[in-house]
Amino acid sequence: MTLDVAAVKADFPLLGREVHGTPIVYLDSGATSQKPQAVLDAMNRYYETINANVHRGAYHIAELATTASEDARRSIGRFIGATDEHEVVFTKNATEAINLVAHAWGRANLTEGDVVLLSLLEHHANIVPWHQLAKERGIEVRWIPLTDDGCLDLDDLDRLLQDVKLVAVTAVSNVTGAIPPVRRLADAAHAVGALCLVDGSQYVPHLATDVADLGCDFLAFTGHKMCGPTGIGMLWGRRELLDAMPPFLGGGEMILDVRQDGFTPNEVPWRFEAGTPPIAEMIGIGAAVDYLEGLDMEAIRKHEVSLTNYALRTLDDRFGDDLLIHGPTDTAHRGGILSMCLREIHAHDLSQVLDQHGVCVRAGHHCAKPLMRELGVTSTSRASLYLYNDESDVDALGYALEEAARFFDF
Amino acid sequence: MPGLEDLYREVILDHYRNPRNRGELEVPPALLAEGFNPLCGDEVKVYVQLDGDTVTDVRISGQGCSISQSSASMMTTAVIGRTVVEARDTLRSFKQMMSIHEHGLDRHESPQDGSPEVPSGLGDLEALRGVVKFPVRIKCATLGWNTFDQALAEAHP
Ligand SMILES: Cc1ncc(COP(=O)(O)O)c(C=O)c1O
Repeated sequence: MTLDVAAVKADFPLLGREVHGTPIVYLDSGATSQKPQAVLDAMNRYYETINANVHRGAYHIAELATTASEDARRSIGRFIGATDEHEVVFTKNATEAINLVAHAWGRANLTEGDVVLLSLLEHHANIVPWHQLAKERGIEVRWIPLTDDGCLDLDDLDRLLQDVKLVAVTAVSNVTGAIPPVRRLADAAHAVGALCLVDGSQYVPHLATDVADLGCDFLAFTGHKMCGPTGIGMLWGRRELLDAMPPFLGGGEMILDVRQDGFTPNEVPWRFEAGTPPIAEMIGIGAAVDYLEGLDMEAIRKHEVSLTNYALRTLDDRFGDDLLIHGPTDTAHRGGILSMCLREIHAHDLSQVLDQHGVCVRAGHHCAKPLMRELGVTSTSRASLYLYNDESDVDALGYALEEAARFFDF
Repeated sequence: MPGLEDLYREVILDHYRNPRNRGELEVPPALLAEGFNPLCGDEVKVYVQLDGDTVTDVRISGQGCSISQSSASMMTTAVIGRTVVEARDTLRSFKQMMSIHEHGLDRHESPQDGSPEVPSGLGDLEALRGVVKFPVRIKCATLGWNTFDQALAEAHP
């Protein structure tokens, strides 16, 4: 299948708007994606026709709401190749999914001297929970270094794996787009008896995902970057690991029984979903993966690769050495994320000028400060591509960058 | 819609291209404070030399955008040679100018409609007034000032 980008664009109402009198050029899907009409409609339909709390009422619409939200769990499971939909836990976002692992699995399994191995590509969401655990438990946080071209340097992997109990890595860098060899890391982790957690926040929205192929034990990802609403994230975990994990938050939904002297936790996955869940958001993310599947993830990836190649080529033609784009140049090993530095122009100033031309990019450290230090920058301007972007968006970016170079002119 | 020229006034670009009083001072005797803008990762170091009650020298190092760099540069020229009390007065006026958006973004363009008085006597610094129309950039403009304030607080709590 090939992607009909014009038709896709028309599915996203927000992309029809203007900013500052010009059509919007949305290049910040790495921060959050836009939402197709199908997702907005599904969420509205829930509120308009079947709004009721789930797993409680025995009345008709409560059953419909329960079914609809649990159908979403099944859709997510299918979308990532899970064999058992009960392996999908709904959270607030990817950050909460990783925190869930750190709290429930980490607290039960890690003790002083154990090592959690991270890569230098990580987002703060996959760093800080481990720092917190290090402080509390005396575990060590260790880092996989980078090569000069921004890939993981695995030459010393055997030594790095000593005493490691968990390898926690991102599958796509949110700063450089680099795609590390997750399968190899998962296999290496298993070979020393460790587990592997993958942060799929920038991967699952863009590449066909199969947890068996990734080879990991946990996969965290976030709804709002994959055409779904905010307020919903997912943790996939191997069933036997989840079954053995104690609860995370306590309250309603997550119990089988509560007595004066204690409680019995519910089964997986509800054990990890305390309180009324984000029902509309579950239904929304279900509609989002149905939408993505309908377009075919392979076709989406193919489109993004060819658009990224177009961007790298045309921006290099326009700017040459004046524009530094971080990360690997081979699009087989990168996603559609372009972290840019234009001459000496600060990212804030650059994105401000871009905004005047309707071009939305992200300026800053992208919540990955250890990586930024490695790259020797404090901030970059990041353009990130998704299924609804086309060559005209990239051209608009190039034009706006030229205007910025002219404006600052030094 | 506010345009780029509201934000990037010529004086600002001049201070950005030719920042005044960049560098470091020996600590001690100088005071030092470090400031961070968690949004963009900018880091600034402000060195302050006091002689009794007088600010005799200020130096800025670190990285930042045109707004944070030029604002810090203008600050140095505004406070060097002043007493601590005067410097704090300027700081207060400047921060007041930067918080005008809280009363309504565009109203200060026509003072006759009863909007709050724009603090005057800030000289070149008034070029930064346009920043309030770009609320996310206000933190950039105040970074150096808040850091200067922290440094002063060491000696004059
Ligand atoms: C690689 C990566 N991990 C984790 C996150 C956190 O996602 P969320 O803020 O939705 O929890 C992000 C997004 O900002 C990301 O890019």
